[in-house]
Amino acid sequence: MLATPYDEMHASDGDVREHEHYKTFASWLARTPGERVAHKRAEADTLFHRVGITFTVYGEDAGTERLIPFDIVPRIIPANEWKHLAAGLKQRVRALNAFTNDIYHSQEILNAGRIPAEQVLCNGQYRPEMQGIDVPGSIYAHIAGIDVVRAGEGEFYVLEDNLRVPSGVSYMLEDRRMMMRLFPELFALHSVAPVEHYPDLLLENLRSVAPSGVNDPTVVLLTPGAYNSAYFEHAFLAQQMGIELVEGQDLFVDDEFVYMRTTRGPQRVDVIYRRIDDDFLDPLVFRPDSMLGIPGLLAAYRAGRVTIANAIGTGVADDKSIYPYVPEMVRFYLGEEPLLSNVPTFVLRRKEDLDYTLAHLRELVVKEVHGAGGYGMLIGPAASKAELEAFRQRILRAPEKYIAQPTLALSACPTFVDAGIAPRHIDLRPFVLSGREVTLVPGGLTRVALREGSLVVNSSQGGGTKDTWVLER
Amino acid sequence: MLSRTADHLYWMARYTERAENLARMLDVNSRMSLLPQGAEILQQGWIATLTIIGLMDAFRQRYGAVTSSNVIAFMAFDRDNPLSICSCVHAARENARAVRGTLTSEIWETLNATWLEMRGTSLRSSNEEEVGSFFEWVKYRSHVARGVIQGTMLRDEAWHFTWLGTYLERADSTARILDVKYHLLLPRGEQAGGAADYYQWSALLHSVSAFEIYRRVYRDLITPRRVAELLVLRDDMPRSLRRCMSQVHMHLQSVRNAQSAETERRAGELQASLHFGRIDSVFEIGLHEYLVRFLGKVRDLGDRVSRDFLVSAAD
Repeated sequence: MLATPYDEMHASDGDVREHEHYKTFASWLARTPGERVAHKRAEADTLFHRVGITFTVYGEDAGTERLIPFDIVPRIIPANEWKHLAAGLKQRVRALNAFTNDIYHSQEILNAGRIPAEQVLCNGQYRPEMQGIDVPGSIYAHIAGIDVVRAGEGEFYVLEDNLRVPSGVSYMLEDRRMMMRLFPELFALHSVAPVEHYPDLLLENLRSVAPSGVNDPTVVLLTPGAYNSAYFEHAFLAQQMGIELVEGQDLFVDDEFVYMRTTRGPQRVDVIYRRIDDDFLDPLVFRPDSMLGIPGLLAAYRAGRVTIANAIGTGVADDKSIYPYVPEMVRFYLGEEPLLSNVPTFVLRRKEDLDYTLAHLRELVVKEVHGAGGYGMLIGPAASKAELEAFRQRILRAPEKYIAQPTLALSACPTFVDAGIAPRHIDLRPFVLSGREVTLVPGGLTRVALREGSLVVNSSQGGGTKDTWVLER
Repeated sequence: MLSRTADHLYWMARYTERAENLARMLDVNSRMSLLPQGAEILQQGWIATLTIIGLMDAFRQRYGAVTSSNVIAFMAFDRDNPLSICSCVHAARENARAVRGTLTSEIWETLNATWLEMRGTSLRSSNEEEVGSFFEWVKYRSHVARGVIQGTMLRDEAWHFTWLGTYLERADSTARILDVKYHLLLPRGEQAGGAADYYQWSALLHSVSAFEIYRRVYRDLITPRRVAELLVLRDDMPRSLRRCMSQVHMHLQSVRNAQSAETERRAGELQASLHFGRIDSVFEIGLHEYLVRFLGKVRDLGDRVSRDFLVSAAD
């Protein structure tokens, strides 16, 4: 049914020879006693638990904390491949920022007929409140997590752009720290590009987009609170950047300025790195029942007194129904050919795409356009007859809510499982920062689907992570 | 620093200290149960303990009979009792978790490990040996937490609010421990003597780690008056009311803000009265009466700290 997936470690199917960039690791693994490796894996588990690197699972007992499984076989990317990937990612994020800015201003791409206007303006993620507002540097997605997969002969495809509140970067950093602690000798054998400076880059990036006229901006990280699934990451990043980790109740707006409540009285806030969805930011404008937000924040934002990162309304650019047009954005705004390909996508609001999809449901992956985290998707080849039928009915009820993509043979990387080492499917989420310039650290979060044959890498669905090594030569 | 952060640090410290003091209080009582005394006296000890913590009614509703095993089950392991040791350890950990970005990783890991270990143990409240070592363990983990705070934390505002919580809680606990025992041991007037009395007073001293200290300081018989003096007025006794209040006053001065002058003055006043006080005048008022007034002042300071710093000025 599926083509043989690209093997990240071995040169070709059935061949025991490794890719050049995996040779050193493979020979290390071969000569390292099994007990030592097993011992180290157990040590990693204990350490992650003790440090409390956990995430909260929704739908189970309130506040259930679970560990994201960590796999000690690194995912290695050679220098030349990374160079191409990094250039493609920067290009893509530039185009996405230009698109968002355009949509909230003159809407040239719609006027030029390159994207159907109703697709954008009738999208639930389009925020009319943002129309005509200038944001510093015209940057909307200050932090972008672009999900990339390899398929076929190893070509990279962009699977998804995450431009709202992408998470996972703390695992990239903690996985590296863990690998260096467990296997320092491996780092002596490889020249692995460092990622540890990510928090510095992020802080610099956030400071660079402060409202004009602010010399020494105060940056804060806004979290929904300790019971959010990504709370560990929020606390971790705030600590690494040395900024305050605030909740909505810690902030207030007075005369269109934002302040935080401190033990010494109110203190001005200039940049808010928010990890809360748009809907919850300001109960006066968005959801009135939000207990997480700050009344009056949008007014301060519109007055240019505070920068919100990512900007409000970026969802219009990362919605799955907009995704098929991203290559067109690259051509339109940058006048360049896209360096990275999209996965071919059927947009089910189109009649012909819908017909094709319904006829080939068994071969396709169907996703909700607003869904995230691997919830609410159908993986045709893995679904039962009953599941297929149920999903068919859901699609027919509201086809515009879905897109479909061919089931990609995601590349596989050797991974420790109960039975020993076996190939498991992986993806990659690098984090692209946009401010005065566009930057990214060499690496990202590699997620791995731990169940045999599974293509779902989300941590909420039983995925794990690996350290990602970009080799410097 | 953020008011909410200060609040979490303050309560993290208070709950850590409270768990430790509960362990001390329960430990001394359960040790007394090993002495050859009437079941009635033992029961009075437990009743006094529950009363002074303010949980007598809650206990009666849930457990009925006042037995060592029931009280320990309720006060040490009952997760539905928000003032049990278990609940305090959990609350300390949750407060730490809420501000883990402000804590050093060692502090967070220490409190998290304590909670993880506690969650993983199942103890029978009727097994004296297990219960005894549990109390030892709680005290030990509290010592570790304090040591890690001492050894790793930046001396900034976070530090001061952490210790403010610790010392206010400790002042409260020492006063309660003393009051329970004093009440129980000396129902009428000040009369000492007899072997049972000796054991009870020494148990009280043990419960605040003051037995050896008493010997060194007084080199004499254990008398109630000296015990009270040691735990109320000695500045060199780490758990005495005076020591606690001079620390509270000092840390309050370090976090002073525009609205905290009155709080600081009251702390200073209380500290001065301990500093210049004599045990005779304490006994003239009556120790119980004195301690009740003291507890009221400590509660007032706690409220004022919350108002001045922790739930800071409205918009």
